[in-house]
Amino acid sequence: MTWEIVIGLEVHVQLNTQSKIFSGSSTTFGSEPNTQASLIDLGMPGVLPVLNAEAVRHAVRFGLGIEAEIGRHSVFARKNYFYPDLPKGYQISQMDHPIVGKGHIDITLDDGTVKRVGITRAHLEEDAGKSLHENFSGMTGIDLNRAGTPLLEIVSEPDMRSAKEAVAYAKAIHALIRYLDISDGNMAEGSMRCDCNVSIRKPGQPFGTRREIKNVNSFKFIEKAIQAEVLWQMDELESGRSIVQSTVLYDVAKNETRAMRSKEEANDYRYFPDPDLLPVIIDDATLTEIRASLPELPTAKRARFESELGLSAYDAGVLVASRDLSAYFEATMMAAGGVSAAKAAANWVSGELLAALNRAELEIVDSPVSPEQLGGLILRITDNTISGKIGKHVFAALMAKEGASADEIIATQGLKQETDTGAIEAVIREVIASNAAQVEQYRASDETKQAKLFGFFVGQVMKASRGKANPAAVNDLLKTMLMS
Amino acid sequence: MTLHTLTLADLALGLERRDFSSVELTQHFLDRIARYDSAANGGLNSFITVTPERALAQAVAADAARSNGTAGLLSGIPLAQKDIFCTQGVKTTCGSKMLDSFISPYNAEVISRCDAAGLVMLGKTNMDEFAMGSSNETSYYGSVKNPWDVTRVPGGSSGGSAAAVAARLAPAASGTDTGGSIRQPAALCNLTGLKPSYGRISRWGMIAFASSLDQAGPMTQTAEDAALLLQVMAGHDAKDSTSIDHPVPDYRASLNDSLQGLRVGLPKQFFGDGLNADTAALIHAAIKEIEKLGATVVEVDLPNSGLSVPAYYVIAPAECSSNLSRFDGVRFGHRCENPKDLEDLYKRSRAEGFGAEVRRRIMIGTYALSAGYYDAYYLQAQRVRRLIKQDFDIAFQHCDVILGPTAPETAFALGAKQEDPIAMYLQDIYTIATNLAGLPGMSIPAGFVSGLPVGLQLIGPYWSESKLLNVAHRYQQVTDWHRQLPTAFA
Repeated sequence: MTWEIVIGLEVHVQLNTQSKIFSGSSTTFGSEPNTQASLIDLGMPGVLPVLNAEAVRHAVRFGLGIEAEIGRHSVFARKNYFYPDLPKGYQISQMDHPIVGKGHIDITLDDGTVKRVGITRAHLEEDAGKSLHENFSGMTGIDLNRAGTPLLEIVSEPDMRSAKEAVAYAKAIHALIRYLDISDGNMAEGSMRCDCNVSIRKPGQPFGTRREIKNVNSFKFIEKAIQAEVLWQMDELESGRSIVQSTVLYDVAKNETRAMRSKEEANDYRYFPDPDLLPVIIDDATLTEIRASLPELPTAKRARFESELGLSAYDAGVLVASRDLSAYFEATMMAAGGVSAAKAAANWVSGELLAALNRAELEIVDSPVSPEQLGGLILRITDNTISGKIGKHVFAALMAKEGASADEIIATQGLKQETDTGAIEAVIREVIASNAAQVEQYRASDETKQAKLFGFFVGQVMKASRGKANPAAVNDLLKTMLMS
Repeated sequence: MTLHTLTLADLALGLERRDFSSVELTQHFLDRIARYDSAANGGLNSFITVTPERALAQAVAADAARSNGTAGLLSGIPLAQKDIFCTQGVKTTCGSKMLDSFISPYNAEVISRCDAAGLVMLGKTNMDEFAMGSSNETSYYGSVKNPWDVTRVPGGSSGGSAAAVAARLAPAASGTDTGGSIRQPAALCNLTGLKPSYGRISRWGMIAFASSLDQAGPMTQTAEDAALLLQVMAGHDAKDSTSIDHPVPDYRASLNDSLQGLRVGLPKQFFGDGLNADTAALIHAAIKEIEKLGATVVEVDLPNSGLSVPAYYVIAPAECSSNLSRFDGVRFGHRCENPKDLEDLYKRSRAEGFGAEVRRRIMIGTYALSAGYYDAYYLQAQRVRRLIKQDFDIAFQHCDVILGPTAPETAFALGAKQEDPIAMYLQDIYTIATNLAGLPGMSIPAGFVSGLPVGLQLIGPYWSESKLLNVAHRYQQVTDWHRQLPTAFA
C-alpha cells in the first residue's frame, strides 16, 4: 500500500505598510543595519507599543479575500522566548483571538481541476530582527531593522496531498496578497516565507506525526524540501523507526532536511494577552468600507474571463495567476479591439509573450512589449494585414525593440500580406515551372498522397513570397493551377 | 530659612511674589539633600542620583520664564522623580544592578510633562528593585531610612520618594503604585499619596513591573499639592495605548466642595483581624472627623477582597516575568563577564543583574504562565480580578467613597520582614484590590501611634480623583496631622 502525504503550510507575509506594526519606524528593506530601529524596536525599558491601523486593515483585506470570518474582537498576546534578535524577550502575536478566522482559497492542479484548501486562521504579529553570524570574528551581529515589521501568519488546514499542491497553494496565496496589494510578496527578500508541516500515513489512517520545515523561501524549494522530507519519512517508517515531532531545516546544497529541535526541547511560549495593548474591535462600518475597497480577486476574475470573455478554464487560470498578468491581458485585449479580441489576446499573452519573457527571464511588469504594442499587432492579424506567421516575426521584432509599433515594423520591413491574386498566381506559376517532377508526381497521385504533396507546394509558394502571400488565397489558387 | 516647610501651593505663591527665586529654592533643597541624604554619612539614602546641574539649569530657565511672564503655575518648583521614570541623559536604574549603567536615551511622559510645566528635577529617588517590595529594602542601592524613625523602613516601593518628601529634601515627588507602592509609603511617612485611575497618567517611559496594574501618581504634603501635581501628570498620551482619552478636570476647583451628604462606605473586610488596634482607633477617629463634615457612614461588603493578595501575586509576577525579559545582557544593562555561549550570557547576566525578590517573582510568574498551569493560575486570577472589580461596582452603588486603613501597621523595623515574603506581601492587603480594579486610591495622614504615622485610605469609583482630593482636602482643613514634621529634619 502506498503512503499518503499530508501537508499544511504556515505562510508568513510581510505587510507593505509604511511603518512598523507597533512603532513609527520605516519598513524599507536593505537599509544600513540598525538605522530603522526606534526605541520601541530596540525594546528599551519603559517603551510601549501602539498598533498600526494600516496593518489591521491589510489583515482584514486578506480575511475578506479568503472569505473568512473576521475577528471582530481580536487580541494581541505575548509569545515569550529568549533570542538575541528578539529585543523584548517576547514577540507580540495573536493566539486565542486572531484577526482572521476560518476561510479558504482555491488552487488549480496540474490536470486543471480546482481544489479548495481550508485556511484555519491568519493572525498579525511582529517580525524579529536578524542575527548575522558572518564577518563578526566568532561573534554575532544583531540587525534590528526588521524587528517590528508587520507579519500576517496564514495557517492552512492539512489539506494538501503532494508537494505540487503545496506549491500551488503557496502560489495562490502569493497571487492573492499581490492582488490585495498588502505585500510585495518578494520571496528573495523574505517578504513571504513558508513553514511546511509534513506527515505521511496509510490512506484511511489517522494523521502521522509531523515535522515542520522552517523558513522555506522559494516555490522551488517548497517542492524540493517537501519531497526530500517525504522520502526521509517513508524511509524511517519503512525501516521500522518512528517519526519524532520536530522542527527541521532544509539544506539546499545537500537537498536534505535536518532536525533543529524536537518537541521535548521546544519552548513553552507562555502566551498571555499583552497588557500593553487593547483588544482590536472591527465594527460594521469599517468592515463595509474595507470590503468596498477590495479589487476584483482571482476567483471572480477567472469566472468573468470564462463567462464574459469566453476563455477556456485553462487560459483563464493562467491569466489570473497574477494581478500584473491579468492586467496586462486586459489592456492587450482592449488595445486589440475589445472583447471580440479576447481569445486572440489570451493566446498571444499566455503563449508567445510568456514564452519569450521566460526565455529572457523577465517578469510581466518588465515586458519589453507593451500591451498597446501587442494589441496593435493582434489588430493587424485580425484585419489580414499580416498572417499569423508573420505576426510571430513582428512580435520578435517588437521584443527586440526594432520598432515602436507593429505597423512601423510591417511598413519598414515590407511585411504587408500579399492578397492580389495576380501576383500570387505569378509566384505559383514560377513554383510549378521549377518543380516539374513534383507536379508530375502530384497529378499522378491519389487524394491521400496529393494532400501530402500539397503541403510542399504551399511551403514553396510561401517561401517564394517571403511569407507575405495570403495563405487562404494560396490554397485556393494552388489547387486549381496544379491540376490545370 | 524655612523654604522646605512650604507646600507646592505656598511655593508657587512665593515664586510669583518674588519672595525667592527658583535658583535659591533649588539650591536650598540641593543643600538639604547633601546634608541629610548621604548613605555614607548615615543619611536617609532616599536618592539614587542627584542631578544638581540639570536642576540648576532648569531653575535658571524657570526664573527667566518668570521674568518674561511665561512661567506656569508650578514653574521653578523643585521635585524628586522616582528612578523608575526614564530620564534622558540621566542614569535610570529602577533600583536594580541590572540598570546600574543605563543612561536613558529618552524621557518618560511624566518627566516630559513635569519639565514642560517648569518643575525642577532634583534627582531620582530610591525604590525597591523594579518596584517589587513594600519596604524599599530590595533596592540594589541599599535601604532607605524612615525620617520618622531612622531604624525603620519608609515603605515601598516608592520609599525614596516618600522619605525625601517626609524629610523635606524635596517639596513633592512622583511615585508609582502597582499594589500600593504610593499609598503605603505615604502612610508610613505621613504624606498625601494618590494613585489615580488606571489610564489617567501615561506609562510611556515608566519602566514596567506589571503593565495592567502600574500607575504613576503624586506624593505630596497636602491634598491641594496632590491636585496641583496630578494636574501636570494627567492626560491622554497617544504613545500609551492604555492611556485613556478622558477629560482632565481642574482638580483644585472642587477641593472645597461641601461633604454634606457624602456617603462613606466602610468595608468590614478592612477592619478585621490583621489590623493593628491602635491603627484601627485612629482610622475610626478620622472617619468621625469626616462625619462631622457632613458625611454619612454605611457598611459595605467587599466579599472577595481576601482573594486580592493571592490574585495579585499571580498576575503581577506573570506580567513582570515577561516585562523583564528584555533585560538579557544583549543591548543594554548588566552583562556578565566573558560569557561562554548565549545561554551562559542570559543566565549569568540575569542572575547577577537581578536581586532575590525580582528573581523570585520572575520564577513565580514564569510558572503561572507555563503550559498546564496557565488555566489554574493566570486565568483563575483574572476571574478573581473580575469578581473584585464587581465587588467595588456593587459597593459604589451604596457609597461615594470607601474609607479604611492604608496599611495594617505603622513602619516596621529595617530587616524585620526581609526573610518573610508573605508577611511583606500582606503590607499591601488593603491597597492591592484598587489596582486590580483600576480604581483611584489615596492615602492621607491620620495621626500617630508611638510617634509613627498612620495613613487613612480613600478609594473611589473610576475617574473620581476630584472627589478623593475634595474629601482629603476638607479633612486636612480640620486636622493638622499632615503638617507634622519629623523633628530631626525640621
